[in-house]
Amino acid sequence: MAPLVRISVLLVLILSSASVAGQARDVYQFDSREKEQRFQALNAELRCPKCQNQNIADSNAPISKDMREEVHRMMSDGASDEEITNALVSRFGEFVRYKPEVDSRTIMLWATPALVVFIGVVIVALTVRRSGRADTSGDALTDEERARASRLLNDRDKRDHSS
Amino acid sequence: MYPELGQMALILALLLATLLAVVPLIGSLTGREQLQAFARPLSAGLFVFVALAFAVLAHAFMTDDFSVAYVANNSNSLLPWYYKFSAVWGGHEGSLLLWVLMLAGWTLAVAVFSRQLPPAMVAQVLSVMGMVTVGFLLFTVLTSNPFDRILPNVPADGADLNPLLQDFGLIVHPPMLYMGYVGFSVAFAFAIAALINGRLDAAWARWSRPWTTVAWSFLTLGVALGSWWAYYELGWGGWWFWDPVENASLLPWLSGTALMHSLAVTEKRGVFKSWTVLLAIVTFSLSLLGAFLVRSGVLTSVHAFASDPERGKFLLLLLAITVVSSLTLYAFRAPVVHARARYEGLSREVFLLMNNVLLVAATLLVLVGTLYPLVLDYLDMGRLSIGEPFFSLTFSPLAIAAGLLLGAGIFSRWKKTDGGWLGRKLLWPLAVSMLFTASVLVGYGEFKPWAFAGIFSASWVVIATFFDLWEKSASRKGRLHGLRRQSRSYYGMVLGHLGMAIVMAGATVASNYGIERDVRMSPGDTAEVGGGYQAVFTEMGSRRGPNFTAEYGRFEILDSDGQLVSVQFPEKRQYLVQRSVMTEAAIDAGLFRDIFIAVGERVSDDAWAIRVQYKPLVRWLWLGAIFMAVGGFLAISDRRYRLREKVQKSVEPPAARDSEQTPGKPAGATS
Amino acid sequence: MKRVLMFLPVVLVIVLGVILFAGIGKDPSRLESALIGKPVPQFSLADLRQPEQQLGPELFQGQVSLLNVWGTWCPACRDEHDDLLWLAREKGVRIVGLNYKDNREEALKWLSALGDPYAINVYDPRGSLGFDLGVYGAPETYFIDAEGIVRYRHVGVINEKVWNAEFQPLMEQYGGSS
Repeated sequence: MAPLVRISVLLVLILSSASVAGQARDVYQFDSREKEQRFQALNAELRCPKCQNQNIADSNAPISKDMREEVHRMMSDGASDEEITNALVSRFGEFVRYKPEVDSRTIMLWATPALVVFIGVVIVALTVRRSGRADTSGDALTDEERARASRLLNDRDKRDHSS
Repeated sequence: MYPELGQMALILALLLATLLAVVPLIGSLTGREQLQAFARPLSAGLFVFVALAFAVLAHAFMTDDFSVAYVANNSNSLLPWYYKFSAVWGGHEGSLLLWVLMLAGWTLAVAVFSRQLPPAMVAQVLSVMGMVTVGFLLFTVLTSNPFDRILPNVPADGADLNPLLQDFGLIVHPPMLYMGYVGFSVAFAFAIAALINGRLDAAWARWSRPWTTVAWSFLTLGVALGSWWAYYELGWGGWWFWDPVENASLLPWLSGTALMHSLAVTEKRGVFKSWTVLLAIVTFSLSLLGAFLVRSGVLTSVHAFASDPERGKFLLLLLAITVVSSLTLYAFRAPVVHARARYEGLSREVFLLMNNVLLVAATLLVLVGTLYPLVLDYLDMGRLSIGEPFFSLTFSPLAIAAGLLLGAGIFSRWKKTDGGWLGRKLLWPLAVSMLFTASVLVGYGEFKPWAFAGIFSASWVVIATFFDLWEKSASRKGRLHGLRRQSRSYYGMVLGHLGMAIVMAGATVASNYGIERDVRMSPGDTAEVGGGYQAVFTEMGSRRGPNFTAEYGRFEILDSDGQLVSVQFPEKRQYLVQRSVMTEAAIDAGLFRDIFIAVGERVSDDAWAIRVQYKPLVRWLWLGAIFMAVGGFLAISDRRYRLREKVQKSVEPPAARDSEQTPGKPAGATS
Repeated sequence: MKRVLMFLPVVLVIVLGVILFAGIGKDPSRLESALIGKPVPQFSLADLRQPEQQLGPELFQGQVSLLNVWGTWCPACRDEHDDLLWLAREKGVRIVGLNYKDNREEALKWLSALGDPYAINVYDPRGSLGFDLGVYGAPETYFIDAEGIVRYRHVGVINEKVWNAEFQPLMEQYGGSS
């Protein structure tokens, strides 16, 4: 009985490993899906220092490969996104960060959309208020102006037809 | 012999452009009609000579004339004939000539399609276009002559076109893009003319609108083609990287969209005139800025032309003269007096103003984000990178807000909309959108806040648009009659907005629910792609193309039932002349999803790193753009642009006009 | 007041123009080293010629040196090699070599064929020190002062012009003899 069980277990293991062997493994492996997603997100945020504007996820340059491996190594060791980014920035400079830190240098950058929208809304509010005070009585043409317009238009039609 | 002819043609064109810039303008300012009348023939002559120069260059490419330096640098005898032709604009000098050809073409178009405009106005507009053309022709002739020869040592063969450019994308993307960029020079010219002659009124807006809309449509197509081309050509499945060159094409598009909407208000209500003129100047200035950024080398980009500091300086000078002089003219001559129109908080005017606010915020965001590294470097504050993560985070809320505004704004009325009434109108669309969004998220499996916002905004636009269409097409003579009664202008707007919603939906879903994997595969392995698909790597082979050799992988795509969906052959090509290695991705394209496979590096004797991606709704990005462009073209084919009959009607007293329903325009209609 | 506001766009554009002009001709891909003002990172790597000897940052103590990152696979390194020889022999500059991602035999063959300007060579086959230094493309040359602090990095080929413009002032500042 025991040897039979052993052989069956062995067979099952061999057979199941054979089907697993056909499944492609990720180039960079992680023990959890969450880490895998973090890895991809982080790679998209780090810039290849050598390339013409590519992140390390998309670049084939050797330095990008080195950086990806470092990210992988650190992430597998349990480092946080911030620690990994800082480690690379300390070696390659702020240049490799695609998402700039919010500091005194970059505050104007980050604030731009909100600032513009705010100013815009204020301007719109002011123009609405100002238009409310507009004198609208003079909008319509008077009969005399209408007759004059009609004459002018007929005139132009005549000129165009004759030329 | 021919290249010299081309060079002479350019110089003659420069001469004609100079005359065009000066003579009709003087004629319009002094009231001398004979001088004004020079505008049209000069425009025609200019076009003829520029077209001749272009034809000569094309001929040099098609006949492998390697004595011309530009041909030798960008072509090769082994190049297929269709790439030889598009190689004309494959490098800096030739693409500049394409710009000039487009400028001359648009100038001629304005000359031809402006019969109903006052001659003095036409003279001014054409003169301004002539001025712009002079600038570009000077730049071409003095610094970027495509006809320079390499004599007497004519090379036996050319250096070949960059393999990345040997693609269908090169045939269509630059021409469409330039049609858009250069097309905005017409709106610019109209604006400058209005500032010069002081007649900035609803008629000016009416004349400017079709030109702006058609340029916008071309630019929409151009940008979309660029995105599509980068997607399949660059090999990593990205469709928008917020790269400086990409941003350079987006800037005039964002500003141009604001301009289009602002012109609508100025035409209808006679307000926002100063603002609209400023937008027209800014939009074209952004086109010029784009041309500068791409060619000057100040910013790093995968898409940039080879840079030359001398050319960069000249181009910057050209840009500076154009923009500074037009903005100075604006500062002095733009009306400061406000129009006597009255509109309230929830009026259509305000909705369109807010649309402009959001679009301007988006424009400034992209502009600041693109140029910020340059500014910091100038201030010696170090090197910074601003890329996709920054832009996605900041741009998305603006886009989503624009969609929400649009849906509500569709129901708004000119001058005044009752808040309560609007709110009630929006209840049904709100409910339907919520339901629809929830079901989409359930369908894709995961709740993501950004996905929710994006899809909700997109469906909100679609549902509000259809609700509005439903209401407007109500008619006693039946629904079909009601639909037919709507103007082309209206349908253009409908398509344009639907297009935007489709783009937003595609961008949201592709970004949030796309799956990318880098897997190590040997022949025989299977990779799970996402969306239920599997990719089976069966073998690696090699083949020979017209001017390259390639190693390809054979992949079978199976769906969740194990059925064969398609067979894909991603490859790595080595081009014979430039000896560069290119990755050609294989894409199984579908309306609702793409499956993207690219071969990476060889990791061992029998294993390669393969990139497999599942990209849901990615095609919607470009489909939506097509909708938008078609909408634009449809709008300008509207009857109202055939002007004559309408003139009489507008003279009748308002009381009579309101009771009579102008065909195709039920009361309260838009655009 | 309103009229004054109308001039705002022109003013902004002029400012932008100045900034753009300043950017022309600069190389946007040249990066300043993140290690300037910091000591050479800790490392323990073999000597190229004497594999059993381990080298560390103490190499840089006591005198000013150049750290030149090179490899036989790098064509530009070949270009600058003669200039390095000139620097070492004519100018007496101490050049420490970092043989980056290379093969030991190839590197030794190269040096014996072309001449050896290096006082000492660190063998970094996996590029670990290179990575820690932030090397992104050979050739690169670091200027390291007598305390082992990185003071400057030049990316690209070194030649007489570069030496005079960029390194000579540093030599004077940090007390190197030349």
